[in-house]
Formats: sequence, structure tokens, C-alpha cells
Amino acid sequence: MMIHSKPSSGAHVGANKSVSRIMWEVMLALSPATVFGLWCFGWPALFLFIITVASAVLFEAFCIRLKGRAAKPVLMDGSAVLTGWLLAMTLPPWAPWWIGVVGSGLAIILGKQVYGGLGQNLFNPAMLARVALLISFPIEMTTWANVSPLFFSASPGFAESWHITFSGLDFSGLDKPDAYTGATTLGYIKTEFSQNHVLTDILNDYSSVLNFIGWTRGSLGETSTLLLALGGVWLIRQKIIQWQIPVALLLTVTILASVFHLLDSEHYVSPFLHLNSGAMMCVAFFIATDYVTSPNTATGQLVFGAGCGLLIFVIRTWGAYPEGAGFAVLLMNSATPLIDHYIRPRIYGRDRKGKPLEIPKL
Amino acid sequence: MLGFFSKPRIRGGVHAEEHKMLTASQAIVNNFPLPKKLYIPLQQHVGKPAEPLIRVGDEVLKGQLLAYSQGMISAPVHAPSSGIILDVNDYPAPHPSALPIRMIVLETDGKDEWINAPGIDDPFRLSPEDISLRVGAAGIVGLGGATFPTAVKLNMGRENRIDTLIINGAECEPYLSCDDRQMQERSEQIIDGVRLMLHGMEADHAVVAIEDNKPQAYLAMQAAAKPYPQIKVIQIPTRYPMGWDRQLIRYVTGREVPVGCRSSEVGVTIHNVGTAYATHKAIRQGRPLVSRVITVSGGAVGRPMNVEVPLGTLISELFDFCQVNAEQTARIVMGGPMMGDSLPHTGVPTVKATSGILALTAAELKSTDEQPCIRCASCVSVCPAGLRPLDMANNIRVNQLDAAVDIGLKDCISCGCCSYICPSNIPLVQYFKYASGEVAARQQAQHKSEQTKRLMDARNARLERIAQQQREEEQARIAAKLERERLKAEQEATV
Repeated sequence: MMIHSKPSSGAHVGANKSVSRIMWEVMLALSPATVFGLWCFGWPALFLFIITVASAVLFEAFCIRLKGRAAKPVLMDGSAVLTGWLLAMTLPPWAPWWIGVVGSGLAIILGKQVYGGLGQNLFNPAMLARVALLISFPIEMTTWANVSPLFFSASPGFAESWHITFSGLDFSGLDKPDAYTGATTLGYIKTEFSQNHVLTDILNDYSSVLNFIGWTRGSLGETSTLLLALGGVWLIRQKIIQWQIPVALLLTVTILASVFHLLDSEHYVSPFLHLNSGAMMCVAFFIATDYVTSPNTATGQLVFGAGCGLLIFVIRTWGAYPEGAGFAVLLMNSATPLIDHYIRPRIYGRDRKGKPLEIPKL
Repeated sequence: MLGFFSKPRIRGGVHAEEHKMLTASQAIVNNFPLPKKLYIPLQQHVGKPAEPLIRVGDEVLKGQLLAYSQGMISAPVHAPSSGIILDVNDYPAPHPSALPIRMIVLETDGKDEWINAPGIDDPFRLSPEDISLRVGAAGIVGLGGATFPTAVKLNMGRENRIDTLIINGAECEPYLSCDDRQMQERSEQIIDGVRLMLHGMEADHAVVAIEDNKPQAYLAMQAAAKPYPQIKVIQIPTRYPMGWDRQLIRYVTGREVPVGCRSSEVGVTIHNVGTAYATHKAIRQGRPLVSRVITVSGGAVGRPMNVEVPLGTLISELFDFCQVNAEQTARIVMGGPMMGDSLPHTGVPTVKATSGILALTAAELKSTDEQPCIRCASCVSVCPAGLRPLDMANNIRVNQLDAAVDIGLKDCISCGCCSYICPSNIPLVQYFKYASGEVAARQQAQHKSEQTKRLMDARNARLERIAQQQREEEQARIAAKLERERLKAEQEATV
């Protein structure tokens, strides 16, 4: 009996995980929060989501064709869809169509393919694109739609929605354009602080329960603390992501926020509000945990997560932007090679420096 | 003291699907038909190959010495059955390359007649050195797959004052169950072998460590060890590679063997349960190692089983007996599916190292569709040796082998956990074995080129010396000639 098979070395059997399966499971974990976000923000959000994901796939296919390779097998790994999906989650739900297209282009071309494609990039592509968009197009990227769920009479219909997405922040088709937008919780707090108001006044109308569920202004898929956390915990249970980054990130924010809130509860928001707002949950479970751009070791991941948490808290509290999650992740991404250089597992039979251990005295 | 209660954390490892029930539930098959021809490699162990002392045409009895051990680390080879020596020549090895190695071909006569070799009734009156000698003479090597000569280990044990002998009954590889069955069916003989090993090493304690997925083996071994307080049978967690000697040593004793040291230097020696059984047979019955229990399993095997076969049996005959479906077989693996090597064909013999032969179907195999590394770091978290396989693979891919060595290539134990877990199907162990071989080859090449350069320099110096000599001789000759001519001219002038 003759058999020619490669490879000759083990393992000949394997675990039941593939790259595409990992990607699809992450998308499955994102789905509840995404579906909720799409429902909350209606047709314009759905248009933007489809445009963003589709253009991410097209840009990926374009780049792969430029490399002279067949696009289909690479697209099947699901990474481009996931990048587009994550980017869409972080965009203002009523942003014009070209925001999605430009964002996907930035994410796929500048964020991923110029480095050499999947697994080679230094920065998280979705965050890179989001931050670039925020700096380049501040108006479009900070116009936040009210919650206006699909099929509610007060919400814009299909035709009006089409106009919102494809005419670019032109809400003139609506009855009272101004009534459809407002500030996010974090943005509102930032503005009010600048006018020397204190938290008890600022947060008069704040409902932590509605924020927890996600019934609030914010990015397309980032509003629901509950659904994002559920998806994240499921990913940890599925062993797709490790607990270290999310726990270190959330714990750092909680500790810092608690200390400052206890010292001065009128000028520093509570830890719960921190965890329950902005991009916190999405970043902690889905962005910071990106394999490619986070450290390899458990200890390194703790450091990375804590660093992200620290930076988010600092930017939110003292920075010019109300939310700092994107900046925090990018800064820590750039520190990842350094973390991996210094924090390594100890090799069996060697000390931390790589020298053989001493023979124990018996 | 044994650190039973301070169990150190088990580092890395995976829990692969076991597939052991295919074979673990039935008794060892003892009626394997004697093959017509046996192919007995001269090297079935770590160290120097044995040197044949028979000639083609000799008649031999079962258990007769065919080739003697050579040098400090080596092992002899015995006739697995009675018959006539047909050939001593090169035949395909049980190795991924199937390159030819020297083998003795024995045509069996069907009588399977043992040589007359008496056993010892009271071996504990033998000196420990005598135990080692007999174990060595019986050709016993580590039957877990490492095939290190057992006698050498016993000697090292005596020299290093071993306090704990660990008997490895982990059998952590999926599919394999030959140790499990032996522990169930031959527990008393194994325990006797353990006592003989303790005697041979002058050690006090033995710990038999069995993974907790083999409760029946554990009970049988515990019952057999009951009369002997110096032998403790313990259960260890089921997690591959629990049977890696250094993992087991750390788990059982809390000690970590430094890189570059043998386990005996930390007071521990480790032997496989099959080796203990072979030791019992050699000392008590005078039987050398001429057969072993092999697990034949995998999805393409019609009758998966544990079967005792003579060493040198061709795998093709074993497959016929176990009704292996050739069409369904996508890969033949010698050993377990994690660390075993694939074989290109079945025309190779079973050897002392053969704990299992698997005929795996395409569905059982890991996909070979290699994708880019996504740096998920699963390989880092499963590596029991604390390496970073992804970084090593990246270095190897761009041919920076020295960089790979710097971050631990030589500490890789090829356990296969990283390849097993990799979602991108990167054959990491294959990379590492290639790189290790390449590093060794480069060092050899460098050594060779240095040697060549030295020879070349020496040759040039020699040629230069000869040329110099010739020049001097030539000058002397010319000078002499001139002198002669001058003298001649003077003579003529005077005449």
C-alpha cells in the first residue's frame, strides 16, 4: 500500500477551529448588539451597515487581485466582512454613505493590506479607519441620530432614510430636522463640564437602565452594554478570546473611575457610567481582543488591557474628545511589539533570561 | 520527599479527542499469525547500531542473539522467532523517508522454538549491576517510544542516587491503548518489573502515574502494588502531553529538570510500563525483547486492536490481519497522532519503538489548507515548553534560523500541540523539525568548510615549500654549473 502524504510530522489530528470559523463566531457574538442597533436607528443604519461591509469586501477583493491571487478563497476567511462589520458598529448610524466607503477603504487598504494582509497589520484596521474618519470629517462623525426604531410612525420611512444616507447629513426631507439628532451621553457631559456644570445637574435626565439596554444615542452597534457584554462573555466561553484583555481593561477603568468619583463625585463620572457608555463594551470584548494587534502571552494581554483602560479613562476625563477608546486601542497597538518583546513565557528548564536552571540541591 | 500535595500547575497542553475506546475495551490479541519473513533493523534504539554476529544461512532459535550491542549507548537485537537468516542488507526503514537501513531478514520455520535461557527465581539476590547487565543483554529499550537503552538508564540511576522512579503509564497520545491494556492484563508482572528496576537502581520509591481516563488500569495496578509500600500508584489529569517525561517529573515531584541535564540529575528516573514488563520477562524468564504490544487503530481499520507481534513484522501483514481498508486510508502513522510520523508505505517493519500504527481516514486528519497566521497565540498558550511557536515559524519562514534558535527552537519537544491547535493549519512541528535539521546540516557544512579550508591552507603551504625547495635546488644547480664551467675554463686556460 503506497501513500504520499504531507506533512510527515504531527499533529496529524487537529482541533475543530479554523480561521473562518473564528471569524464567523465573532460575527455571531456581534449579531445581537448589531441587530438591536439596526432596529434602533432604522433604515439609514441598515443602509450604512450594508454599504460599509460590502465596500470592505470589495476593497479586499481589489487588493488581492492586485497581488495576482484569486480573491474568493481569501474572502472566505471572513476577515474582511468582520472588519467592515466592526467599523460599521462604530460609525454614527445616520452617517452618509461615503463615510462607510471611505472608512472601509482606509481600514482594508491602509489598515491591513499595505502591511501584507491578514495577520501582518500593526493597528486594528477598524479603529484606524474610525479615528482617521473622526479627525477628517468631524461633523459627519459626531452627528448622532435619536433612537428612532424601524416601523415606528415617528421614525423616518424608507424613502426619507434613503435621502438621509445618500444626500449627506441633509435631513431636509424630514419634518423637523433638528429633532432627529442630539448629543451622546459622554458628549453631553463633556460640553456641560466645559460650562462649569456639576454632575448632579447634568445627569438629571440620565437613565442608566436605558443606556444599559442600548436605548440611547451613540454609534450604530455600540449602544447596548448588555448585548455586547453577553456576546463577549460567550466568546470567552467559546475560547475564541481570552478573558485577560477585557477583564484588565474594564477593571482598570472601574478602579480609576471609582477613585476619582469617590474623591469628587460632582466632577468625575461614576465607574458604572463609564462602563455603560460610549464604545467601552465593544472595545473591551471585540476590538482590543483582536488577535493580530494584541500581545501573545496572558501576562502581556493583562498589561495591554490595563493600558487600554488607563488611556480610555485619561482621554475621556481630561482629553479634548468625549470618547477615547479608538485612540487608546491604537496607542496600545503600537506598544504590542514592545510588550511581546519584554513579556515572554519562561521556557521549561530555563530561567526568565533564558539561562539553564541550576540543578536543585536534593 | 515526594511533593504529592503541592501539585504544580500543568503548563500548556491540549485535550484531543481520545478515540481510545476503539481498542481499549478488548483484550490484547495473542494469536497473530507468525509472518513468513521478519525484517529486523540493527538500529531500533538511541545510540550506535548493533553489529551482526550471524551469517546468511545460519539457523537461529527464538531469542538468540543476532547482533550485539556496540559502545556505551547501544542495544543488542535478538531473533523474534526461529528460522534461517536469509539476508543482511539494506531495506526500507520505518521512517517518513523509508530510506534503506541495515536489517537482518529472517525466514521463520514456523516452530517458534525458544532458545534455552533460564530465568532467575530469586532475582533480588542478584547484585544491582547484574540486573543492569541482564536488562542490557535482553535488548530492552524505552518502549514508550524514546527507545533509550534501559540498562544505561539503570546505571545512571545508580550513579546519581535516584530517590524516585516514575513509571510512565500516562499514555497521553490519542488512539493508543497498548499501555492501558498491559496495565489491566499484566499488572502483577509490571509491578514485579518495577521492583526489579528499583533493585537495579538501588532506589527506594516508585510512583506509577496513570492518566485518570484509565480507571480500570489504575485499579488493577493499585491492587497489584498493594503488597509493596515502596510503590505508589497515582492518577494524574488527562491532558496531552502529560506523558512528556519532564512534565510528569514536575507534576509528580515538583522538580524541574534544567535544560541540558538528564532527569537523573534531579534524582528522578522515568520508565514506561511496557519497559517494566519487558524487564520482568528478561529477569524472571530469561526472555529477551523480541515482541511487543502494538495498537492498530484509526478510522480505516476494520478490526482495531491491541496485538502482540514479533519485532520485524511488516506493517502490511499487520494491516491485513486487522483488515485495514486501503482505499479509505489517507495517512499511515507510526506512533500516536500527535507525535507520530507518517509512513509512505506499509513495506516497513515494526520495531521496538512501535507503540501504535494508525490508518487514518481523510476525515480524521487535520486539514492541510495552510492559511496566514492570525497571531491568535493559541500555540503560545498550549506549548508545554513555554515557547512561542508563531515567532519561531515566522523566523524560519524568512530563513532566519539563528533567530529561531535564539528564541528556543532547540527546546522544542515536537509534541505537536501547536500544530494541533493552529486554526490556520500551519504545520508548525514540520517547520521546527526542518529548521533543526537545517541548523545541524549548516553547522556540519560549516565544520566541513573549515576543515576543507584548513586542508587547503596546509596543501598550499606544502606546495609553496616544495616550490621553494625546487627553486633553491635549481639555483644551487645553476651555481654548480657556473662553477664547473669556470673551473673548466681555468683548466683550459692553464692547458
